[in-house]
Amino acid sequence: MSEIRDILVEQVERLLADRTSPALLRAAEAGTWPEALWAEAEALGLPLAMVPEDQGGAGLGWADAAAVWHVLGRHAAPIPLGESMAAAALLSAAGIAAPAGFIGLGIGSEPVAWGRRASHLAVAPGGAVALHAPTGWQQGRGLIAREPADRPSLGPALTEGRLPAAHGPDAALLAGALLNAARIAGALEAVLDMTVDYANTRKQFGRAIGGFQAVQQLLARCAGEVAATAVAVTNAGRAADRRGLAGAEFEIASAKVVAGEAAGIAADIVHQVHAAIGFTDEHPLHLHTRRLWGWRDGAGPERLWASRIGTVALARGGSNLWADLTSRDEETAA
Amino acid sequence: MAGLRFDLRDTPAGAPALRATLRAFLAEAGRDWPPIVPAYSWMGFDRDFSREVGKRGWIGMTWPAAYGGGERSAMERYVVLEEMLAVGAPVGAHWIGDRQSGPLILRLGTEEQRREFLPRIIRGELAFAIGLSEPDSGSDLASLRTRAEKVPGGWRINGRKVWTTNAHRCDFMIALLRTGPAQDPKARHQGLSQFLVDCRLSGISIRPILDLVGEEGFNEITFDDVFVPDSMLVGTEGQGWEQATAELAFERAGPERYLSSLPLLTEALDDLRAEPAAPEAVGRLLARAGTLRQMSLAVAGMLQDGKTPAREAALVKDAGNDYEQALPEKLRTLIDPARTPPQVQEMLGLMTMVARSYSLRGGTREILRGIIARQLGLR
Repeated sequence: MSEIRDILVEQVERLLADRTSPALLRAAEAGTWPEALWAEAEALGLPLAMVPEDQGGAGLGWADAAAVWHVLGRHAAPIPLGESMAAAALLSAAGIAAPAGFIGLGIGSEPVAWGRRASHLAVAPGGAVALHAPTGWQQGRGLIAREPADRPSLGPALTEGRLPAAHGPDAALLAGALLNAARIAGALEAVLDMTVDYANTRKQFGRAIGGFQAVQQLLARCAGEVAATAVAVTNAGRAADRRGLAGAEFEIASAKVVAGEAAGIAADIVHQVHAAIGFTDEHPLHLHTRRLWGWRDGAGPERLWASRIGTVALARGGSNLWADLTSRDEETAA
Repeated sequence: MAGLRFDLRDTPAGAPALRATLRAFLAEAGRDWPPIVPAYSWMGFDRDFSREVGKRGWIGMTWPAAYGGGERSAMERYVVLEEMLAVGAPVGAHWIGDRQSGPLILRLGTEEQRREFLPRIIRGELAFAIGLSEPDSGSDLASLRTRAEKVPGGWRINGRKVWTTNAHRCDFMIALLRTGPAQDPKARHQGLSQFLVDCRLSGISIRPILDLVGEEGFNEITFDDVFVPDSMLVGTEGQGWEQATAELAFERAGPERYLSSLPLLTEALDDLRAEPAAPEAVGRLLARAGTLRQMSLAVAGMLQDGKTPAREAALVKDAGNDYEQALPEKLRTLIDPARTPPQVQEMLGLMTMVARSYSLRGGTREILRGIIARQLGLR
């Protein structure tokens, strides 16, 4: 699978490097659908990339998808591609043919990214998956990231199916958490790179500010958070491939917690280093940092996921803590 | 990100069985450990324990059979290390030998040195200390001044080392000494060499230094015309800086850089069940622990592949130190003394004190972050 993944990741990287720009992000925040970008993503078969190959997809697993989502985050891609990929994955896992075009993903009671442009909506309550063609959308937008986010009038489902047990009763929430964590991982990388570049060019006191230890210490700490998030996300994707979404709850929750904490810490640091220019509307830094703050709240903030795994650990008790932490990947490997 | 890579690594196939053996052994050995033992863990020192560990083949696990080693993989060794640390076992009497002195001798030592030292390290009989810091050379290690002067048949050492953990209990130390001409400020990293020094040689005086807990953890060592024979030079004369720096990748890479305070979480967990803030706080701690473990495993994998992941190790150590240092403080906010057993409170108190050392030993936070910053391209 990694060969297909590498090809897709490279294609997505090239597409986004060519097609995204601060102007495109600003237009999307004002409600303009990035039609050309979406059309190219569709032409590459990306929305159906997680659908099995015999059903017309590329058969990507969760780890592969997370690698693609990482790239989406790095470019702050203003299209709901990750949501559409996850929706198609859940539909096909439940034996429902994923329709072409943009499929919105319903995560709990959260508004749906770009719902107004969705031909279909997938929801996954309690281990079932239902495909809807919503009858209408109440338009809104994210408070911080400002991306269009709409509430559907659902109407009756077009079709319904059951997910395999390994995906559990919270599949959309778990998939959404992995998606948001992966996007955060990518966006963190981008803001760190931007800030290192800035620190090496901006001069004060006759030298680049990146030469000052105070600045170096901050950015080194930031790099630790960036690396931790990337590892947590990769680990979560691997676990989901091995044990299904529900079986990977610990790893996905961990990734969302680490990503959420890292988003806060890193955004503090990169704004501190950029100082006043980074606080302006004109400078593109906030196009990424506002998404970091938005994505950390998407599909459950740290509080929700930390409480879930903390509750399990408390019930299991101190004598199982270390054994549980180490056995997860060894049970399947043994 | 700027050439820093962390590729996930699985633990080896035999890990569950290996863990079961270790857990049975540690449960028995640790039956009567008072809280001070896990609080010090690898800074603690227990020769009997280390000999038992040696008997079971858990020291020098990856080394060649010719010297008594187990020829097992670095990932199997990793499993042993993390099991020991997770319960805070007092591994100090073999830890340094297994982690860095032995590997250094194996890589760069003479055949004679390998035959003399490795089998005894493996049996848990030979304890090593690290002679790096000096009174005027801490983070600025390359400024060190303790000299080894060439004399017929060997070297004569004069100077002082400090903060050498457990030196007063150890058999040997690997000392980094200045052998080149009087220090040229432009070439401070040159003219340094590493020596095996018997801690009981004539002319050596070791003065334990009480730490803030009140324990005799580290020492000041004075060398007064100490003679060591030529056969105790390790590696190449004048290459000591490069040799010691490569050694630091081993020193900084291990699970001891994030697990130091985990025994406190294990110990305190059951008494946190009635605390409303506990689920979220414990969840956050576990999310970080699981992630640091994967980062640490990734570095272990690179070591297994024969790479020298010095920068990755610096990053994991820095992130791990932050974590293990924050853990006792976080638990303090959750623990209600009225319903917490005295041994948990004692461990919390001890770890609150000992945790100060986490971001100092093996390279301070500031030095590590300087290494990471250079890797990021900051100048």
